[in-house]
Amino acid sequence: MEKHMPKPDEYQRMVKEASRGSKSYKTVPLAFLVGGAICAAGEGLRKLYLMAGLSPDWATAMVSVSLIAASALLTGLGVYDNIAKVGGAGTLVPITGFANAVVSPALEFRSEGMILGTGSKLFVIAGPVIAYGLAASWVYGFIFWLINR
Amino acid sequence: MDFLKAFVIGGLICAVGQLLIDYTKLTPARILVSYVVAGVILGGFGLYQPVIEFAGAGATVPLTGFGALLAKGVRKAVTELGLIGIFSGGLTAAAAGVTAAVVFGLIVALVFKPKSK
Repeated sequence: MEKHMPKPDEYQRMVKEASRGSKSYKTVPLAFLVGGAICAAGEGLRKLYLMAGLSPDWATAMVSVSLIAASALLTGLGVYDNIAKVGGAGTLVPITGFANAVVSPALEFRSEGMILGTGSKLFVIAGPVIAYGLAASWVYGFIFWLINR
Repeated sequence: MDFLKAFVIGGLICAVGQLLIDYTKLTPARILVSYVVAGVILGGFGLYQPVIEFAGAGATVPLTGFGALLAKGVRKAVTELGLIGIFSGGLTAAAAGVTAAVVFGLIVALVFKPKSK
């Protein structure tokens, strides 16, 4: 009797799909909880800065700066990566994830020197984010100018 | 109530990111880039400001908020300066966040020792 044996690549695909499905039951709620908690913390900071008399725009900017500082410190201590293992996109998508993507290679590539190690690897993920963000804003600004001329 | 709104909206934006990680081939770097560009587009169409008004930090802390901030900055600069504003508005709006990330990144790299993996 010959049993149907899946071909190697087919088997790979089956394993991948099975593991994906079961994983998302956990990963998506965890991302929601961890990401939500980071945003709620940001909201708390925003209220503090507003109470301290900052304008709404500056309060929002200082929330970003504060969360970036906190994320940089936690990345340096090696704590942020542990939270990220649980939080997934919940730790990636908030501005703290952007900060982690800057600080983590900055620290890791220090062995290659402060200039070409830290100084350049700092931008390994921030670079594309800033490049495409700025390019998109440039295009939008041009369209906005054309419409309102 | 504001905390709950920030929690739920911020959490939902992150949950979408997790779905992208689980079900597409998008790498984390691509997701960050997509979120910022999506934020510029949503901000440009005026669709993101209502979310910010509703959810506060729940909308500004995710990277889509950073994109919306770029759009807002370039709109302000073009309104004030005309066409040359497209060269200054985005980076001006992003200045605080980018400077903070770079400066704190350098400080952490100087102060801490990299962890062996």
